[in-house]
Amino acid sequence: MTCRFVALGLHQTDMAWSIHTFANPTRFMRFSAIVLPYVWALAGAGIGIGLYLSFFVAPPDYQQGDSVRIMFVHVPAAWLSQFGYGIMVASSIMALIFRHPLADVAAKSAAPIGAVFTFLALVAGGLWGKPMWGTYWVWDARTTSTLVLLFIYLGYMALWVTIEDPNRAARVAAVLALVGAVNLPIIRFSVDWWNTLHQPASVFRLDGPTIHSSLLWPLFVVAIGFTFFFLGVMMVRMRAEILRRRVRTLQMQQAAG
Amino acid sequence: MTTSEALNTLTVTGLACVRGEREVFRDLSFRVGAGEMLTLVGPNGSGKSSLLRQIAGLLDITAGEILVEGSRDDLSVADLALYAGHLDAVKSPLSVIENLGFWAQFYGVPSEKIAAALEIFGLGHLGHLPAGVLSAGQKRRLGLARLALIDRPLWLLDEPTVSLDTASIAALVDLMQGHLQQGGAIVAATHVDLGLDGVRPLDMGHHGRGEHG
Amino acid sequence: MSAFWALVQRDVRLATRVGGGGGMAVFFFLIVLSIVPFGIGPDLNLLTRIAPGMLWVALLLSALLTLDRLFQADQEDGTLDLLVMAPQPLELTVLAKAISHWLTTGLPLVVAAPLLGLMLNLPLDGMLPLMGAMLVGSPALSLLGAVGAALAVGVRRGGLLISLLVLPFYVPVLIFGVSASRAALVAVPGDLGGQSLLLLGAVSLASLVVGPVGGAAALRVAVK
Repeated sequence: MTCRFVALGLHQTDMAWSIHTFANPTRFMRFSAIVLPYVWALAGAGIGIGLYLSFFVAPPDYQQGDSVRIMFVHVPAAWLSQFGYGIMVASSIMALIFRHPLADVAAKSAAPIGAVFTFLALVAGGLWGKPMWGTYWVWDARTTSTLVLLFIYLGYMALWVTIEDPNRAARVAAVLALVGAVNLPIIRFSVDWWNTLHQPASVFRLDGPTIHSSLLWPLFVVAIGFTFFFLGVMMVRMRAEILRRRVRTLQMQQAAG
Repeated sequence: MTTSEALNTLTVTGLACVRGEREVFRDLSFRVGAGEMLTLVGPNGSGKSSLLRQIAGLLDITAGEILVEGSRDDLSVADLALYAGHLDAVKSPLSVIENLGFWAQFYGVPSEKIAAALEIFGLGHLGHLPAGVLSAGQKRRLGLARLALIDRPLWLLDEPTVSLDTASIAALVDLMQGHLQQGGAIVAATHVDLGLDGVRPLDMGHHGRGEHG
Repeated sequence: MSAFWALVQRDVRLATRVGGGGGMAVFFFLIVLSIVPFGIGPDLNLLTRIAPGMLWVALLLSALLTLDRLFQADQEDGTLDLLVMAPQPLELTVLAKAISHWLTTGLPLVVAAPLLGLMLNLPLDGMLPLMGAMLVGSPALSLLGAVGAALAVGVRRGGLLISLLVLPFYVPVLIFGVSASRAALVAVPGDLGGQSLLLLGAVSLASLVVGPVGGAAALRVAVK
């Protein structure tokens, strides 16, 4: 299976570049138009059912009361902040090695969504933290690592915006995404180190294995809903990006003709 | 603010230009009146661009005098002259119309004139495109369209035909001819014989350091 | 006046269409401030105490960041020649450019400031004085910055030069700005908090004259 895929990739790069770039996105446009309604339906169902479960079925926490329900947004958002970066890394590898014409579009499209979910995780964490710690923001290891992840997302997006030529931007951005992937564990380690060094006041752990199973189910359903929502928005963004590039090509043709 | 002010004369007397340590030219004197055109010829470095920038007020005068006299006393170079240099002053992110629209607003020209100015250089159908997708020649035409848009009697043109095709050069020549007939004046540095009537050449090479020193 | 607003409108439009504008400055603002606790530790009381000062220092640096393109972009494509030659007084042209710089950089930074204040454990009571002071003081950053940007037109590595030229002029803004922002947090003898806000306003008003006049003088030299 892998071999066939690699062979296909090589074969395609041998073909005329213009046909290659045109054919694949066209297929994606057709495919995504068919798939999108289902993705939205799954996202809607997941988020709807999950939120119903988390608001009306899940019991309030014996310590935290109703504010524990913020977790049902916070944890899935934190999951998607990682998921988004994973997609960027996978797409960047595809873009760099196989020169797949959709890969850089996928990476570019995933970044802002990942950034928004990272931001959402931070905001939800802060709102949760207020009744817990008495302050919206605490420089604990997990929060701080998430903040650094947000910066890497923003830097990646800034790179795309700054470089005009999409081909060059794609290449450079892919390198950044991969360097980021290598560096993220190091950053996390150093932040943990920094944090233990300063021994902060007792911090309530936001997640982990202590969650009761009656809370786990709604969490799982919301996370699935959020993930499909992520994929749906990503497809829409990819379609928009493909169309944007086509418009640009048409404009250049019009200017030339 | 300014409605087709007229130029009486452009008088240059004993003009000199020093750039860095090098004397580019000196003892330059000429006069251009309404309906006249002066073509600056000479080798590279003879100071054609410098002279145009001096007239435009964009370069210091080392010695001598430049007098731009309009039909009224209170008119300055800014009210009388329009400069088109090597660079097109075109912003890539803005559309063709937005580019020209800015200059129209900036010079207080009614926006109805934009379409006509674009049409002169065959850019009418490209108005909505971002200027970034234009070719070098098209950008140049967009820059030159300012001449048609903004009504100024004295045109200062620095190699206006660079990267233009034959059709565009013809359009430019038409525009210049019309300008001269309406009592405008032109000082242009160009290597191309534009075939305009009543053009006087000024050989900048004769005023360079090589001839005198 | 239509020429003036045409220029403001064009610059805002360019800044929002091209990358590297205000968004980047806000990002820089955010990242610089987030780096601070790594250096001094996450002690919330300490962060509260230094928050106004850090926010202002970061504001100055972020405002500097986008100054290097203020005139340089126009110089590179020939627009600057035409702006200098135009009938509109060059002072007004510089003012228009400074205003658009403030709209696309200063204003977004002021809007982002409370969020960062939250991260530095600035009490909610302190947010309004902080934003108020930044709103009053940030125009001075764009106006004085315009002089530096005009001086550095056509210079290689101009961005670095601008920082060196402009930062000394930012000192009064920093002093009065921090003092006005701290008023709600610590007991200030007499009415120094209100006074410093007035003085900050005075600095901005003075910059309203110094910026355009100095910037125009610098540009006239720069194009020649």
